[in-house]
Amino acid sequence: MMESKKTKKLFLNALLLVAVVGLLWWAPENLDGYKIQILNLIAIYSILGLSLNLIYGFTGMFSLGTAGFMCIGAYVSSLLILPEMQKDMIFILEPLNPILYGAHAPFVVAVLAGGVAAAIAGLVIGIPVLRLGGDYLGIATLGFAEIIRVVANNIPTITNGALGLKGIPAYANLWWNYGWMFFTLYVMYRLVNSNFGNALKAIRDDELAAKAMGINTFRYRVISFTVGSFFAGIGGALMASLLTTIDPKMFMVIMTYNVLMVVVAGGLGSLSGSVIGAVVVTVLLEWLRFVENPITLGSFEIPGVPGMRMVIFALSLIMIILYRPEGVMGTKELSWDGLFGLGKGGKDHE
Amino acid sequence: MTGQMFVQHFFNALTLGSLYALIAIGYTMVYGILRLINFAHGEIFMLGAYFIFFAGSLFNLPWAVGAVISIVLCALCGIMVDKVAYKPLRDAPRISALISSIGMSFLIQNLAIVVFSGIPRPVVRPDFFVKIVVIKGVRILPLAVIVPVVCFVLVLGLLFIVYKTKPGLAMRAISKDIETTRLMGVSVNRIIALTFGLGSALAAASGIMWALRYPQIQPLMGFMPGIKAFIAAVVGGIGSIQGAVIGGLILGFVEIMTVAFFPELSGFKDAFAFILLIVILLAKPTGLMGEKIEEKV
Repeated sequence: MMESKKTKKLFLNALLLVAVVGLLWWAPENLDGYKIQILNLIAIYSILGLSLNLIYGFTGMFSLGTAGFMCIGAYVSSLLILPEMQKDMIFILEPLNPILYGAHAPFVVAVLAGGVAAAIAGLVIGIPVLRLGGDYLGIATLGFAEIIRVVANNIPTITNGALGLKGIPAYANLWWNYGWMFFTLYVMYRLVNSNFGNALKAIRDDELAAKAMGINTFRYRVISFTVGSFFAGIGGALMASLLTTIDPKMFMVIMTYNVLMVVVAGGLGSLSGSVIGAVVVTVLLEWLRFVENPITLGSFEIPGVPGMRMVIFALSLIMIILYRPEGVMGTKELSWDGLFGLGKGGKDHE
Repeated sequence: MTGQMFVQHFFNALTLGSLYALIAIGYTMVYGILRLINFAHGEIFMLGAYFIFFAGSLFNLPWAVGAVISIVLCALCGIMVDKVAYKPLRDAPRISALISSIGMSFLIQNLAIVVFSGIPRPVVRPDFFVKIVVIKGVRILPLAVIVPVVCFVLVLGLLFIVYKTKPGLAMRAISKDIETTRLMGVSVNRIIALTFGLGSALAAASGIMWALRYPQIQPLMGFMPGIKAFIAAVVGGIGSIQGAVIGGLILGFVEIMTVAFFPELSGFKDAFAFILLIVILLAKPTGLMGEKIEEKV
């Protein structure tokens, strides 16, 4: 009985994977560039959401540093994939540091390097800052992200300052982005459902009790923070290659807020929730552009209001937290049993 | 650096520090009572500057009248923010209210962009504030003296309210133990609204003077001063009004003096506050004047 259930699950998972791969084959031929861009953004926001969810949803550390880690990942990986000719063209005011000028790496290595650089930054900041609790951690990580941005703005021989990097090779297509997304999902799934994950959840639910049980809470928190930073760096690296231009302004706190919205909308402590949150937030952000265009209703014309999109976006964030603070999924995960349960009109799974 | 230049920088630092201090008080009061970082506080500061701008440019009101109206409106806005975004979440996990406050800050910023337009506007300053006085070769704006004095008077007034009046007593009681205070028959929600009102009024006063000092206003102007003032509150020891003032002044001096002594670091100006924050938090996690936090078991 047990065995057949397992086979069934494996089969369904394989089926899902085939369906996604099929979609990825089908999409570039049949969808326009705009829709493909949205699909790409969904994958990247999923990675970012999963990263923040590990730190915040599973370990209970309120971090507002996502944009800073993304910034590090984006710059490191972009500098590794920019061709020398392009580097000549964009570093006009001040020349690029010669070491970086000669540095090159294939895309996958560059993205990994971005992630590793962000992870190192996460470790360095994590060790001192994670001794703080709760809100202090939030404000310290927010501060750290701002420092990163200010520094990026002021070291022109590495980052080209406020001008940013242009013409980054657009390697990040659907395959790469969804590949990294599934990799992230897999790592997170294994992590969260292991003993390590149980320790994290124990820390989230009651740190003192966890400590009393003999868990080295500090060590677990640092590791969780570092792994989360790693994936934020990966997300930043992919985002840079997808958009092909980056500058320090891109990594302002609003970027962190978007990711926070993904996590809150999807459900804190739910991996599938983060993916769903990424879909909801990305689609909502794009779809809301219509409010900024003039709308014609019969003979009436409602003029478009610039900025209205973000007003509605902010309102939705408040509405979610007021009326459904647990998000779409809560701490539950999407599972096949649950889906079939829905079909049969059965009870909620656990 | 000459003595004259130093005096000039000193006054600049004092002005900036006082402005940070006024905003920081609002953070510290709300945090003291609700244990909530009110991210929307910086936006109230921005609204303060806009309200007086419109009072002058649309309704031709005299400057002083505009200032009073702006302060009152901002106090009402602060109370409304509490009603809409925080009051329904009093019993929810604290982090929910924090996210709600991020949403609120985001909302007010973008509403301001929609309503006021995103274009920066130049502020017309009454001559009285900006007629430069030269004393022994030191060029001083009257503003550089008026701002610290106004700040000092406002803080004294606030301290009077908090330490000598009944509502002030209730505020201090709530910050110790909200449930017991409720049982004592204090209308907790009203006191919290009062706290938000007072804090927002001070933020508005700061915003008004900020617009005189840096005469250009735009919808996102509240973000950086807001965050820095929060840092000032943490540095001074969150929950303590005196701490907020000290923290604000320290931050003002660090920012101005570092740039004055090391002009080549001026690009990193915005990072100093955060570096100070991280250093202070590591050395003294509860800030300079902070109370010891007890861990609840």
